[in-house]
Amino acid sequence: MAKKLAIIASKGTLDGAYPPFLLASTAAALGFEAKIFFTFYGLQLLKKDLSLKVSPLGNPAMPMPVPVPSIVQIIPGLEAFATWMMQRKLKKKGVASVAELREICLESDVELIACQMTVDLFDFKDSDFIDGISHGGAATFLEFASEADITLYI
Amino acid sequence: MSDFDTEIDTSGLNCPLPVLKARKMLNEMSISQRLRLICTDTGALKDIPAFCKMTGNPLLSSEEVDGKLYFIIEKGA
Repeated sequence: MAKKLAIIASKGTLDGAYPPFLLASTAAALGFEAKIFFTFYGLQLLKKDLSLKVSPLGNPAMPMPVPVPSIVQIIPGLEAFATWMMQRKLKKKGVASVAELREICLESDVELIACQMTVDLFDFKDSDFIDGISHGGAATFLEFASEADITLYI
Repeated sequence: MSDFDTEIDTSGLNCPLPVLKARKMLNEMSISQRLRLICTDTGALKDIPAFCKMTGNPLLSSEEVDGKLYFIIEKGA
C-alpha cells in the first residue's frame, strides 16, 4: 500500500509556500498519497492570484545584502523590495516557482483541501481559489492523518 | 553502462525539479528502458538514489564529470 503524507499548511508567505508544495509534489513522485490541508493564512496558497510576499520584518534570520534595522523595515516598499529580491534569487538558482510546484501537485493527484471554517472566517469565495481543490474540516484532516506515515504542520 | 534510451538534462535546476522531471519521464517510458539524467544540483547525489530506492527503479550508475552528475536509471516493473 502507498505511503501517506499529511500536511497542514498554515503560512501564506512566499517562503512559507515552498515546504508544503515542494514536499507534497516530491512525495507524489515517490509514490506517496499526499494531502495538504490549508488553514488560516495558508489559504492564500490556493488563490488564483498568487501574490505571495516575504518580509524581513520580524524575521531576523532573513539574509539581507546590508543590515536593515527593524525600524527601517516599516518603510513602505521594503517588503515589496525584499519579495522582488527573493523571487529574483529563486529564479537565478533554478528553483521552481510556487505556481509551478502547485501545478505539479495537482497533476500528480495531491489533494489540496481548503479548511472550510477559515474560508468562512475570512469571507473567501470559491471563485477566489483555483479549480480542483476540495473543502473539509478538522475531522477530514484527522481521518487521513490517522493513517499517514508522515504528518507535518507547516 | 553508457547505454540509455532517453535523456533529460536538468542542469541549472534545483531541488526538487530533477526528481520531479525524472518521475515524469519515467512515467512515459516502458519497463527496462533506461533514462540518463544529468544534474548540477549537488543535492541530487543523495536525492536520486533515494528516489530510485523508494520507487523501485534501479539506479544502474552514477558518476560525476566536470561538475555534472550523470545517473542511469532503469524503469522498474
